[in-house]
Amino acid sequence: MASESKPFPFSTLFSQVGQVGLLFGRATAGLFRKPFEKENFLQQLEDIGVRSLPVVSLTAAFGGLVFGLQTYIGFHRFIGPGSEAYGGPVISLGLTKELIPILVGLMITGRVGSAMAAEIGTMKITEQIDALYSLGADPVRYLVTPRLLASVIMMPILVLYGDIIGIACGYIYNVMMGVNQHIYLKNTLLYLEFWDVVTGLIKAAVFGGVIAVIGCWQGLEARGGAEGVGRAATRAVVVASIGVLILNFFLSKALPADLVL
Amino acid sequence: MIEIQGLHKSFGTNRVLQGLDLSVRKGETLAVIGQSGSGKSILIKHMIGLMRPDQGRISIDGVDICCLSERELYAVRRKFGLLFQAAALFDSLTVAENVRFGLERYQDYPPDRIREIVLESLAKVGLRDVEDLMPYELSGGMKKRVGLARAIAYGPEIMLYDEPSTGIDPIRADAINDLILRMQQEMNVTSVVITHDMTSAYKVADRLAMLYNGKIVQIGAPDEIRNSANPIVQQFIHGQAAGPIKDY
Ligand SMILES: Nc1ncnc2c1ncn2[C@@H]1O[C@H](COP(=O)(O)OP(=O)(O)OP(=O)(O)O)[C@@H](O)[C@H]1O
Ligand SMILES: [Mg+2]
Repeated sequence: MASESKPFPFSTLFSQVGQVGLLFGRATAGLFRKPFEKENFLQQLEDIGVRSLPVVSLTAAFGGLVFGLQTYIGFHRFIGPGSEAYGGPVISLGLTKELIPILVGLMITGRVGSAMAAEIGTMKITEQIDALYSLGADPVRYLVTPRLLASVIMMPILVLYGDIIGIACGYIYNVMMGVNQHIYLKNTLLYLEFWDVVTGLIKAAVFGGVIAVIGCWQGLEARGGAEGVGRAATRAVVVASIGVLILNFFLSKALPADLVL
Repeated sequence: MIEIQGLHKSFGTNRVLQGLDLSVRKGETLAVIGQSGSGKSILIKHMIGLMRPDQGRISIDGVDICCLSERELYAVRRKFGLLFQAAALFDSLTVAENVRFGLERYQDYPPDRIREIVLESLAKVGLRDVEDLMPYELSGGMKKRVGLARAIAYGPEIMLYDEPSTGIDPIRADAINDLILRMQQEMNVTSVVITHDMTSAYKVADRLAMLYNGKIVQIGAPDEIRNSANPIVQQFIHGQAAGPIKDY
């Protein structure tokens, strides 16, 4: 039911940000109105969470390995042989706060954000969205709310899982390179704080929301035929990826490095 | 019942509805005829609030729906059953889940009763043993009939049929004509039937309305339409290529 007119590009940007904000608001409000679409929600938990495990495992594993590799070289070259064991906390910090949330965020954007846009876009162009209205279901509450909630819940879980895999792989790489594993572990446990992990999980929850809302928004805005659905899926990935990267910077800036209680 | 005044709707430069007036009386069956692309489907989407008019008023039982919020529209939509031209079944749900969909949201029945009504509705459109199939496993005509079962399941007061017999074999099509008549007689349902099938239009309709150039050019009982003096109507109902309508 959006207007068919084409305004100027600059105002388009603002109106689109507004549309996304509005959709987020309506989807959130949908959480508090009955009936809650439990089946859709469980389905999404499985789609976003369980089915993403292989992809997240692989990205986190190789993220951890390559980060372990470069940190090893760094310590070896600048501080000297034997100092590599002090790389443990650096690796864990970098992985939990930045690398894993970003990698997982981008992978989930590609896997889940595009699927949401394509699925809802197909429903839009085949009049299934109109059918939802005519049968008394609010498409936002029926489609967007369960996806948003599932995504916000599942992203931190996936990132936590990725943290564990990434840190383990960084450790394994260093140990294989002959680093003293006791010092490595001791340092990691000593300097990696609970808050570092939580920072990454907060980011993950925000990314989850961005990915779901943008994917659903592009789907609901889909026009035309199969081509329109394809465009919606592509645009969902591009916009959400950029959103994740930009938000990541600002969240890193805004979230305190240490939590002083 | 349904009152439409001065309805305008354009898509870009394509002016589809241009000041259309129409009223549908309670309990009657109105057939809407008109060329392909004349805006018949657009017209019924306005009646149920799926499209907002550029200009004009639409009121349902005295309530002007133009300015209602989504939540207020919900109460209005509950009166309607809409059969989509292309069925618009939910392709991730089974046939039974499709038919149940409006029933669960508009009515408050226990699960057993819902199951019963689903089977009854499917039987009314001549379908059996399809409950657990997915829409992609159905033929085109079967999809259409499941769409019809889904629309009638929750007992709407007003039925909007977008080409109910298109894509369905002649025997089934006549069975659907009977269904439309029965809904009117037994449950006093008001109906708007879009159709290209003149035989069916004459059979089910109390009145026929012809849409041309964004307006209703004539509305009247089947006999009035059959004996219309309007050459546009005459050309259309006799399906002649020669006549005042040139743009086809
Ligand atoms: N979503 C839309 N966007 C742009 N134009 C549209 C849209 N829907 C319909 N139209 C245009 O509106 C006009 C009327 O369409 P409509 O579907 O109402 O025709 P119809 O009378 O139902 O035709 P048919 O008998 O073939 O189903 C057509 O010219 C079509 O191109
Ligand atoms: Mg049509």
